Amino acid sequence: MSAVAATPGRPATTLRVRGTYAPYLLSLPALAVMGVLLLVPLAMTLVLSLHSFGMYTGISSDYALANYVDVFTDPYFGEIFLRTLRISLCTTLLAAVLGAPEAYILHRMSSPWRSIFLLVMLGPLLISVIARTLGWAMLLGATGVVNQTLIALGLIQTPVEFMYAETGVVVALAHVLMPFMVISVWAALQKLDPQVENAAVSLGAGQATVLRRVVLPQIMPGILSGSIIVFALAASSFATPSIIGGRRLKVAATLAYDEFLSTLNWPLGATIAVLLLAANIVIIVGCNRLVERRYQQVFQ
Amino acid sequence: MRRNGPLALAFHCFVVLFTVAPILVVCVVAFTPNGYLSLPTSGLSLRWFRTLAERPEFLQSFLDSLWLAALASTTAVCLAVPAALAIGRNQFAGRGLILSLFQSPLMIPHLVLGIALLRLFTETGIGISAWALFSGHLIVVFPFALRLVLTSAVGIDRQIENAAVSLGAARWTTFRRVTLPLILPGVVSGWILCFIQSFDEVTMSVFVSTPQTTTLPVRLFLYIQDNIDPLVAAVSAILIMGTVLVMIVLDRVFGMERLLVGPGRS
Amino acid sequence: MSFLTIERLTKVYDSITAVDGISLDIERGEFVSLLGPSGCGKTTTLQMIAGFVDVTSGRILLEGQDLARVHPARRGLGIVFQSYALFPHMTVAENVGFGLEMRKVNRADRDRRVAAALQLVGLSAMADRYPKRMSGGQQQRVALARALVIEPHLLLLDEPLSNLDAKLREEMQGELRDIQERTGLTTILVTHDQAEAMALSDRIVVMSKGRIEQIDAPEAAYQVPATRFVADFLGRTNTVEGDCAGAAVSVAGETWTVPGGAPAGPVHVAVRPERVTFAETGLAGTVRKRVFQGSQWYFEVESVVGPLAVLAPNGRGRVPAVDEAVRLTWSADDMRVLPREAVR
Repeated sequence: MSAVAATPGRPATTLRVRGTYAPYLLSLPALAVMGVLLLVPLAMTLVLSLHSFGMYTGISSDYALANYVDVFTDPYFGEIFLRTLRISLCTTLLAAVLGAPEAYILHRMSSPWRSIFLLVMLGPLLISVIARTLGWAMLLGATGVVNQTLIALGLIQTPVEFMYAETGVVVALAHVLMPFMVISVWAALQKLDPQVENAAVSLGAGQATVLRRVVLPQIMPGILSGSIIVFALAASSFATPSIIGGRRLKVAATLAYDEFLSTLNWPLGATIAVLLLAANIVIIVGCNRLVERRYQQVFQ
Repeated sequence: MRRNGPLALAFHCFVVLFTVAPILVVCVVAFTPNGYLSLPTSGLSLRWFRTLAERPEFLQSFLDSLWLAALASTTAVCLAVPAALAIGRNQFAGRGLILSLFQSPLMIPHLVLGIALLRLFTETGIGISAWALFSGHLIVVFPFALRLVLTSAVGIDRQIENAAVSLGAARWTTFRRVTLPLILPGVVSGWILCFIQSFDEVTMSVFVSTPQTTTLPVRLFLYIQDNIDPLVAAVSAILIMGTVLVMIVLDRVFGMERLLVGPGRS
Repeated sequence: MSFLTIERLTKVYDSITAVDGISLDIERGEFVSLLGPSGCGKTTTLQMIAGFVDVTSGRILLEGQDLARVHPARRGLGIVFQSYALFPHMTVAENVGFGLEMRKVNRADRDRRVAAALQLVGLSAMADRYPKRMSGGQQQRVALARALVIEPHLLLLDEPLSNLDAKLREEMQGELRDIQERTGLTTILVTHDQAEAMALSDRIVVMSKGRIEQIDAPEAAYQVPATRFVADFLGRTNTVEGDCAGAAVSVAGETWTVPGGAPAGPVHVAVRPERVTFAETGLAGTVRKRVFQGSQWYFEVESVVGPLAVLAPNGRGRVPAVDEAVRLTWSADDMRVLPREAVR
């Protein structure tokens, strides 16, 4: 699990007490580790994605864009990428629809309940993804609690196929990633002046108007940045889709895994990884820029 | 005026149920007396916990995970403290670039990190070993250590250090007696966050695990690939209960909100 | 029937009584300040009038109508909040127009009234700005315009000037009083700043621990504080012990004849530092501290009845030095005599 950190503020003081080389010297160990263990391997992966692969010849050392052409033209890959996109969008939507109102409800709770339920909402973040996904696998099975409840309520006659289907993956992923949405909206709510809602009421606004015209526009940046995080994590998620989706329902990440560890077509796996990374960076950096530009006038 | 209406409370109950249900169900299923996945309707049993005791590989993976998490977190914090002091309190050319590099693992899918490290360790001929696992975890947790140490480093008044120096303290003494105690809350909470992140990591670890060194989440994941039975529920239940215990302690000591959301106004 | 009547208003949080049965009548067009230290219940009182805090017991009547049955959104009050509570995502004009929009005022009327309100507070040029890009004083004016534009029955000001620097605060005080006089709007101001309350109000309501200590015109409350709390809170006061017999009040052997007299027995005598003067005869003491304050000198004198603060105007006679033996006195008109058991 990873989160996109807020950029820390400017340094408190900019006094240059020590020599100008000191900051570089202090960051050097971390820089060296990052260089060797992050930049070099990523560069090697990029190179690997340009090599070609034969069933009997293995990895060759030529350079070509053949793998990328393959990925973009083969409808088999197209379908998988489209599914990944669909699952990520639905997950983001579900996480927002559940997480954003919940954050607001938590925000309005009074003292002991507020921190108790905040713990309940954010706590799952610390619990192993495998354990949480396992729970959904048990809930969503044909004889699982969810299907039994739905049948008992008379909403359905035959069990719904959640397992090995996109619906199940979306539900489980939304559960796994919802805390990020809650955190993001919660942070936005903390900046909200508590008197602003009272001000709107004193001017004659009803509860619905206060929500729509005063609260929602102010927490929108939080919902959007939460959505960016959830979408990016959903698009590159691996454990949950592979447990709930099984081998049949492949997404980009499980595809790369299979290419690497089953088919042993490392160059193709590397190609998918590079594309996934590129898409991730474009989404996170690009969308954050857009959100910032849209709101900087108002909030800074 | 600022109370939640009945509709809001109903919604809240639904979301809490949604959040808690999968976690609870794992804990309940772990106590089934049956040989297959089911809610224990015919009584509770410790059968699967006993079965677990006969599978030393799970215990071994658990210990490996603990060691790995402790080692990766400690290394990450040791690297993060000087880096955070440099970045948090100086303005220098390339500061923004270095900070972006340090935070970049947050933006890189763990799958990509796993693939990249697998390539690094095979291509250079070092081979996949516990070192590969350690390297990956170090990269994954480093941004968390940096973020928390940085937050506390930015808040320090530089004048306090100058005061120590003016009183005759040497540079190392100033760090040990003044700076370090001031950033200690960030260091400790950073270490804890790193430990948890490392302990739960699975996607990257899958690529660089070996049959000899496998973390617990990876072992669980690989086991689930073949079949889901109450045994994995038992392992998960132990994990969940352990995490909840740690969580309650953390909340008491640090406040969960500060750890996860960052130091806010409230 | 007064314009606004508050009857035995009480607010209890869990077990803490924030407001303890206060009663107050406010006439149309009056400017009344609720004054007191933080935690005295003044803000809670305002919040109950506004309807943001539920009333535990008691009534609030506005023009004879019980507000308990009126939703906060329908009370038609103009409120200026301490933090201004401007909508950060709306421009100045949108902020000011919000209340009119809620009242379904048509576009043309709305624009006209928003323009007039902005003119009133002198912000016509900033209609399209966002609040975050404005200074504290400007935000304050926007908040005032937003409260005034809906033509409220009653204007509530919750520490509106506490976030401004001293110079701007003085300027805004003048403007606030000016606008209030022009519109003739009944106004309640909540503040902890006694100078502000005295400068602005027709009457001040001094509160402490959820109760009203005194309701009076600013000058009267300052000159004739009803309780020791009021005496201490409204400026610095010396309080010494004395005895009363008929019209004669004696303090450490010195006797004053107080017009009207006071109940016989032990009393507290309160005297403002600026009323205490150095004299040839009177209470003996020694100067412990002397501070030059520009237009005046401030002294702390250790006297036979305990420490006394003295303020003497600059340039009138000789200034006693530190450790000098002096004698202090005051005029009978300047002393306030309170029975000792009544002192809180």
